[in-house]
Parts: sequence; C-alpha cells; structure tokens
Amino acid sequence: MTLVTRNATPKRGIYRPSADLVPKVLAGSRPDIARMISRAEAGYDEASDALAALYRHAGRAHVIGVTGVPGGGKSSLISALIRAYSGDSHKVAVVAVDPSSPYSGGAILGDRIRMGDSAEAQQAFVRSMATRGHLGGLARATLQAVDVLDAAGYSPIFIETVGVGQDEVEVVTAAHTVVVLSPPGLGDDIQAIKAGVMEIADIHVVSKGDKPDAAATASALRGMMSLTPLGRPSEWETPILTLSVATGDGILDLKQCLDSHHAHLVTSGELALRQRSISRTRVLATLNHLLRREFDENTTNLAAHLQAVADRSSDPMTAALALLGLNRMEAKP
Amino acid sequence: MTIERDRMPGSENLSNTPKIRVLVAKLGLDGHDRGAKVVARILRDAGMEVIYSGLYKTPAQILEAAIQEDVDVIGVSLLSGSHVPLFAALGSLLRDQQADHILLVAGGVIPEQDYDALMNSGVDVIVPQEARSDMIVSAIRDLVDARGRI
Amino acid sequence: MTDYSPETTEKLRASLAEWEQDELAATLNIRPEDKTDYRTECGIPLKRIYTAADVADIPLEDIGFPGKFPFTRGPYPTMYRGRPWTIRQVAGFGNPESTNQRYKYMIETGQTGLSTDFDLPTLLGLDSDDPMAFGEVGRVGVSIDSIDDVDRLFDGIDLEKISVSLTINPSAWVIYAMFVASAERRGNDLTKLTGTLQADPLKEYVAQKEWIYPVRPAVRLLRDLIIYSTKTTPKINPISLSGYHLSDVGGNAIQEIAFTMAFTIAYCEEVIAAGMDIDDFAPRLSFFFISHQDFFEQICKFRAARRVYAKIMAERFSAKKAESMRLRVHVQTAAMSLTKMEHKNNLMRTAFQALGAVLGGCQSMHTNGLDEAFAIPTEEAMKLAIRTQQIIRDEINVTSVVDPLGGSYFVESLTSEMEREIWKVLDEVDRLGGAVKLVEDGWFQQKLADSAYQTFKLIDRGEKISVGVNRHVDANSAPAAVEIHPYDENCTTLQVSRLKELRENRDNSLVNDLLSDLKQQARTEQTNLLPKTIELVKARATLGEICSALREVWGAYDEPNIV
Repeated sequence: MTLVTRNATPKRGIYRPSADLVPKVLAGSRPDIARMISRAEAGYDEASDALAALYRHAGRAHVIGVTGVPGGGKSSLISALIRAYSGDSHKVAVVAVDPSSPYSGGAILGDRIRMGDSAEAQQAFVRSMATRGHLGGLARATLQAVDVLDAAGYSPIFIETVGVGQDEVEVVTAAHTVVVLSPPGLGDDIQAIKAGVMEIADIHVVSKGDKPDAAATASALRGMMSLTPLGRPSEWETPILTLSVATGDGILDLKQCLDSHHAHLVTSGELALRQRSISRTRVLATLNHLLRREFDENTTNLAAHLQAVADRSSDPMTAALALLGLNRMEAKP
Repeated sequence: MTIERDRMPGSENLSNTPKIRVLVAKLGLDGHDRGAKVVARILRDAGMEVIYSGLYKTPAQILEAAIQEDVDVIGVSLLSGSHVPLFAALGSLLRDQQADHILLVAGGVIPEQDYDALMNSGVDVIVPQEARSDMIVSAIRDLVDARGRI
Repeated sequence: MTDYSPETTEKLRASLAEWEQDELAATLNIRPEDKTDYRTECGIPLKRIYTAADVADIPLEDIGFPGKFPFTRGPYPTMYRGRPWTIRQVAGFGNPESTNQRYKYMIETGQTGLSTDFDLPTLLGLDSDDPMAFGEVGRVGVSIDSIDDVDRLFDGIDLEKISVSLTINPSAWVIYAMFVASAERRGNDLTKLTGTLQADPLKEYVAQKEWIYPVRPAVRLLRDLIIYSTKTTPKINPISLSGYHLSDVGGNAIQEIAFTMAFTIAYCEEVIAAGMDIDDFAPRLSFFFISHQDFFEQICKFRAARRVYAKIMAERFSAKKAESMRLRVHVQTAAMSLTKMEHKNNLMRTAFQALGAVLGGCQSMHTNGLDEAFAIPTEEAMKLAIRTQQIIRDEINVTSVVDPLGGSYFVESLTSEMEREIWKVLDEVDRLGGAVKLVEDGWFQQKLADSAYQTFKLIDRGEKISVGVNRHVDANSAPAAVEIHPYDENCTTLQVSRLKELRENRDNSLVNDLLSDLKQQARTEQTNLLPKTIELVKARATLGEICSALREVWGAYDEPNIV
C-alpha cells in the first residue's frame, strides 16, 4: 500500500529576494508579512537588510505581553480582545509562542484553535511561533516578527507566551505592557506562579470570573503583591482585574486598562525607558548570537584554543581574548 | 566548548535548518479529529511545526490560516465523505489567492474513484488510512524539497 | 468466590508452583513463549493460567445471579432464552423517503428495531440551506429540517409496534419534539412509543465532537429532555449513555466504561437537583458500548460495567428499584478495527466482536458492514451483517445458557480487575471536581488523545497486528474497488425547495413569537424547554431556526486546545 501522488509537475516555488518583500509588508500584504516572519525565523543572512529596514519603520505599535500558567485561558482572552479592539477599528496582531519539543525539535502550535475565528473574521493577524530551543519563553525571532507586524501597521500586537517560573519572564524584555493571567483555583497554589512572574505584571487578570473561586484567587494575588517589593520603581499601580470570556464581563475594562497603561507610559516617559531597555536586550542578544555563530562556523580555530585550555597550556581568559582578536594587555580590567 | 546560555543539550537539531510548517486542518462539518491529531503528533515527532486548525472550519478560514502561518503544507483529514466539493473549494481558493505553492495533502476516508477529482483540485498526495508514519513524513519532506526554498 | 477453604486454596497454590517447576519448566526449555509480557488491550497483565486461587477473594454476591443486583451475569434472569437481543442495524441517508424505503427493506430482511443516522447539518442543528451545510445534506445520514420530514421518515411504519433509535445529540431535544408531535398527529398513544435517543452531550465534547452550545446549557437541555420524556413517553429511553465513541476516539476499555459512568453520575445529579427521584428516571437510562477486538477483555468489560453501574445506583444514589440499577446495553462492533485492505476480512472481525458482545451480554446490536471503514454500507453488506447476528443466535447454541462464561477463573478474575480499575478512574474524577468541570478543562480529551496516539504507535511499529495490513501482507492485494453507496446530489435541491415552500406556507409571525418565548425561557435555568419546542415544531419552525435562536442566548462552544 502506497501513498498516491500527483503525476503532474510538482509545485515549484521561487525565492523572492527579501528586499522585494519590504514595500509589500509596508503596504500591509498579509502573505508577504507572513513570508518575512518566516525569513526572520529561519535566520537567513539574505533577509537581514530587509529586517533592518523594517525595524526602522516600526515603533508605533503598542506591544502587549500576555503570560501565565498553561490552561489559564490566554488564547481565549486574546480572542476576546481581538474582537474588542477590532470593533474599535484597530488592526490587531498576535504572536503566539509555544515550546518546541527538546527531543524532536518539532512543535504543536495549538493557540490558533481558540483565536482562529476571531482572526479570520476580523482580519486580525495571528502567527504561531515555536521557541526552537530558545529558553526564556520567547522564540529568537519573536521580536523581529513584532517589528514586521509593527511596520505593517498592526497595533496592538499581543505576544502570548507560557510563563510559569522565574526562567520564563523574557516577555518583559519585549513588551510595553505585561499582562499576567491566572485561572481561578490557584488559591493556595499561587506559589506556583513564583515571584518572578508576579513582579513583572503591569496588569494582573483573573480569568473565568464566572467561576466561584475567581474571587478567592484575586484576593490571594492581592495578598501576594502586598508582600512582594516592586521590582522596578513606577508610578503605575498594578491593578487586579477579574473577567469572564464566557459572559464578556470585564473585557472592555481590561481594554481600557491596557489603553491607560499605554497612555501612562507615554506621558510619564517610561515608554522611552522601556524602548531603551528593549533595545539593550536586543543588541546584546544579537551580539551573543553573532559571536556564537562565529565560533560555530570557525571550528578549527576554536578547537585549537580549546585543546590548549584543556592541556593547561592556555587558560580560558587568554583563549577568549584571542578569539575576540584582543591580546591580554589590551583587555580592560 | 562554548557554554551556550540559550541552547539546550542535544539541541543541534533546533538551530537553523528550515523547519517544515504544516497546517493540519479539518474542513466542513466532519467531527472526526482522531486521525488529524495523531498525524499532528507524528509530524511533530519528525521535527515539523504543526498548527492544528480545530474543528468546523470553512475553506476560507483554512486559507487565511495557511497564509498567516506561511505553511509549507496543508493537510486535510476528512471522514464525512464530502471531500470532493470541499477540496474543490479549497483548491480554487488557493489558486485565486496565488497561494498554490502550498502543498496539499489529503487523508481520511477517500475512495479510489475520487482520486482524480482531488488531484484536479490541486491535491499533491493522498494518504490512505493505513499508511505508516514514516511514509507520511517522507512524502511531505520529498514534496517540500522538490518545491525548493521559498 | 469462597468455593474453597483457605487451606484448599493454599494447596492449590502449592500444586501450581509444582506444575510451574516441573511440566511448565520442561516445556519452556524446549519452546519459549512468544512474548515475555502478555496483556489485555487496556494494559491489564494476563497470567498464563488462572486457577480457583485467583478468584478465592471475590465475594459470591458480586457474581450473583442474572436479573439480580449487582447484575454481573446479566440484567434479566433468562436473557436470550426469554428474548434474544434486538437486531438493530443503523440506517439513514439522503432524504426521508429514501431512508423510509431502506427501513422497510431491513424489516423484511429480519431487523426487529429501527435505528436512524442523521446527516451532519441535522446533527448540528443546521437547516439544509445553511452555508455550512454545503456538500453535506443527506450524506452521512437522513436530512431532517422539520416535522414534515419526520412524517415522511416514518410513513407506513407503525411506531406503536416497532422501537426506534435516533442517533442524535446536540439537537436531540428538537428531533424528539418532532418525533412526538408526528406520532401524535397520526393518532399514536404516546405512552406506547418505544425507542431511544442518544442525546449524551458530555461524550460529544470529548469524543464524537458534535456540539452547538457550551457545556452547561447542553447538559440543561438533556435534563429537560429526560424529565419531559419520563412523564410523556415513559417507554422511551431519553438517553443512550455512550461509551462507543470514547473507544472510537482512542479510549481503552477501562476509559470507555469509567468515563461513561462519570458522565452518567453528572447527569443523574442534574436531574435529581431539578427535583426528580432517582427511581423515576433511572430505569430508562440505557447504554451504548462498543464490542472490540480483545475477545475476553470485552466480555469481562460488559460484566464489570453492569456491576459498577449497579453499585453506583445503589450506593451513591440510593436507588430502590431493581430497574434503576440494571444496565441495559446496545452494542456496535468496532468500526475502527475494520480495514480497507482485504476488506472481506472485516466479516470475520465483526463476527468475533459480535460473539464477544453476545457472551458478555447485550440487549441489542448493530454489526458493521464489511465496507463500513470507508462508506455507508450497501444493501449487500447490511444483509451479511444481519446474517452474522442470525447465525450466532440460531446456529451455534450460545444462547441456551445464561452467562455461560460465568465462573471461569479467568473471566471472574479479569472482571474484578477491570472493576477495580474503573473505580480508580471514577475516584480521580471525583477528586478533580467532577465530570462537567473536567470536560470544560479538556481533561478527558487529553487522556483520549494520548491513548489514541499510543495505539497508533503500536500499530505503526507492528506491535499491534492488523492482519493483511502490517502482518500477513499480500503484496498483490490492493484495496478492492468496493461498490460505494452513491451520494444523491438531488437531495440538497429537494430539501432546500421544501424549506422554501414550508416558510411560505406557515404562520411566520407565530413562529417568531414562539422563538422569542423560547429564548426568554432559555434564560431561566429551571424552565423546561420541551413544551415550547413542541409548540414550535407543530407551527413548522425548522430545526435550524430553533437551534440558532438558542445560540443567540447561550453562545457557541469553543473547543479547548488539546491535540
């Protein structure tokens, strides 16, 4: 028994230069936006100029991170927000990040199931992205994807990611506003959220507000917040909102809160600070990426140094400086 | 050996090889999703990225998802018998939107007598119900390789 | 089973040990066994041989007698000697007239009860002219848009003389309303109508995946149906608690029974909360299980299911009537086990599965056609399927003794083992918050998807054998060109024109008023929606109109992201 394949000529594709995609992205062409995001994910060198150009065009979007434990209802919430924002004539985009399997490198990206109908109905743009081994909660190309969508005129842009522990708070380095979503019933297990995620929230949301234990969860959050010192100084008081996607209660309140936070960021000057912080993270990450790629590709040089260090005829610092092209005397203390 | 902060052990396969992205889709009113979900896992285990559409989607919704996700392949599983009209509708949408570089795979309950109709609608591969996982995976890889990088 | 004293049991164990060291060891030296690990499909380890020592601890009362609590040996004392199981083959396709003709053919061939499949639009509460109905009208079952179609479906069939099973779920309450209103129109005595509605919403969300509304409103509709039917059509089974689909979507035997029981518990709690007494409605709860490939596992499954259900009714719900504790089951053989390659092998598969169900104990059965894996069965296939049941019933003398395998060391041991596993799952469901919550959370769906994948991997690796497919493969076999039942393209045109005609010739303002009333009533938890629905179908409101009115009130269901 075999698979049955078409006899006709197999489908062929042509690689369109990324530079050609740029004007189409700026004009809002969805296939080109999608293709550009794929190029960013693949990390093709050919695409880096185009991505740089799109970066310069970006910067208008309100980037909102939505994180929280799995099963909290993030996708449903974003779906409801898509409807609320689209109703207000916004072009909304979502980048939904899910972990890749460490064994196979593949992934099942299921967030679209709960957003699909809103997306197609409202012309919102939903892109599912796998982490591809990157730790921290986002994929390496998530911010580049945000650049592309930003340049194409989408705002707000939601980044949806799973955030459970202190190692998965990368979203805070990528978003202007961070929403942490907790399902009801966490109650006593609120410790499961862990301090790192608690602190990063600009807005706390308790989902499924129609359920009986939602109120208890909100109280528990309030209790935890009063004990946790604020990670960063801010005039913004992190609210705790309770809402229900099923009934629609609280969705518009959340939207208003998101808009208020954005307004606060602008008027207080915090937006500029966040932009700098995001820029710092991105530049350092890119440096890191380039360095590692450099050494991955120049293995003979690396191997020689490694052997010397292992033999103790060299040491880690000397080897590293040599690889960077510096010698010991030039290095700053 | 470099200490790679954001790479996990054994993640050589997670770096820059272009990933194959597949939209596993259910069309129309057919509620049988067991096969589609099993295929999703097979493809994930083979290193592909799989977007699952959920049930009760129209051809237009599947097309839009395929475009936004820039998938290489749309795999549709149908067990309700309505594959001929549904693939015809999907195929024609793909052509109209210049998205017919996307490979189309059909699975489920499809009688031989309908193979030609499906091929004419643009289906590239028909997967019989009893196909083994390695056959499905290599068929997709071969098609994507043949199509070339886009 | 305390047939033996502890001393005798000990002696028996000692003898077994001797046998293992002598005769068995000698044989194993020459010829090792083909596996090191033997299990049932659902994973329960199997011993090489069972003795009285294996059943020494089973209380005799647990085994009991047929027709008496806990009904392990059968719901009735005489079983097939008093009344053979009903041969109830499902049929349904095209427009109502075509199905009506097939019904008459089946009755002539020997079918003793009718069973109806509906098309996808009807199942999902859509009219034949709905855009989503494109390509689906009359395809996998009969198309019903209004009470007129129900009249056509049963034209010339005496509903007081033959029982009717309706495989309908989210739109069940509307089809029931049409059925009852149609029977009334022909002058039938409603208290004489017999039949079954499938109407089991929780298994839809986790397995069959037919849905309209979110979970809780769907459970409310079932509650209304059970309460109304108990009072108006007391001989109709308003629900068929279904394990079949749980198996179909990947569940093993334990999950099939345990999840079905968990849903049963949830429904009983709903109906009792509305003020009914368990003994008022439990006697009419009926079940629908699969009969699958692992022969003895399936036989024990039926026995364990009866025992578990009886204990739930007696202990959890304090039922008093025997009829409330007695599990009656319709069985369908396993369509998923059938293959397209060498499809005639499916005749044998179905025969064995049917025999397993007969020995396990069932009240009615549908045997699959040999082409069921890929089509709606042809007349020829259906005839062979009926003959399969007739041969089992009439030629091989398995119906003379009630529960003939009862008392087998193996069967009693495995029955008790399966019972224990089922209780474990039920305890977990209770601990985690009950069936309705877990359906909303996607807990069952995840378990079933995981099971399905496990099974697939076993087949893929060749560890689970499918003859003709991954073992004993004949390179020359190709899937036979089977005569596929043709799809009637005209069905859609006919149904659509009937809808148009109907809408032009009824009192539309009455229909609109009644729809508003219905929506109003839907907003109150306690109001039973059946009476208003019956008024609506009599006024010739369509299925789609009624169902979408309630969608406006309750919204549509959003499936969780479980793969």
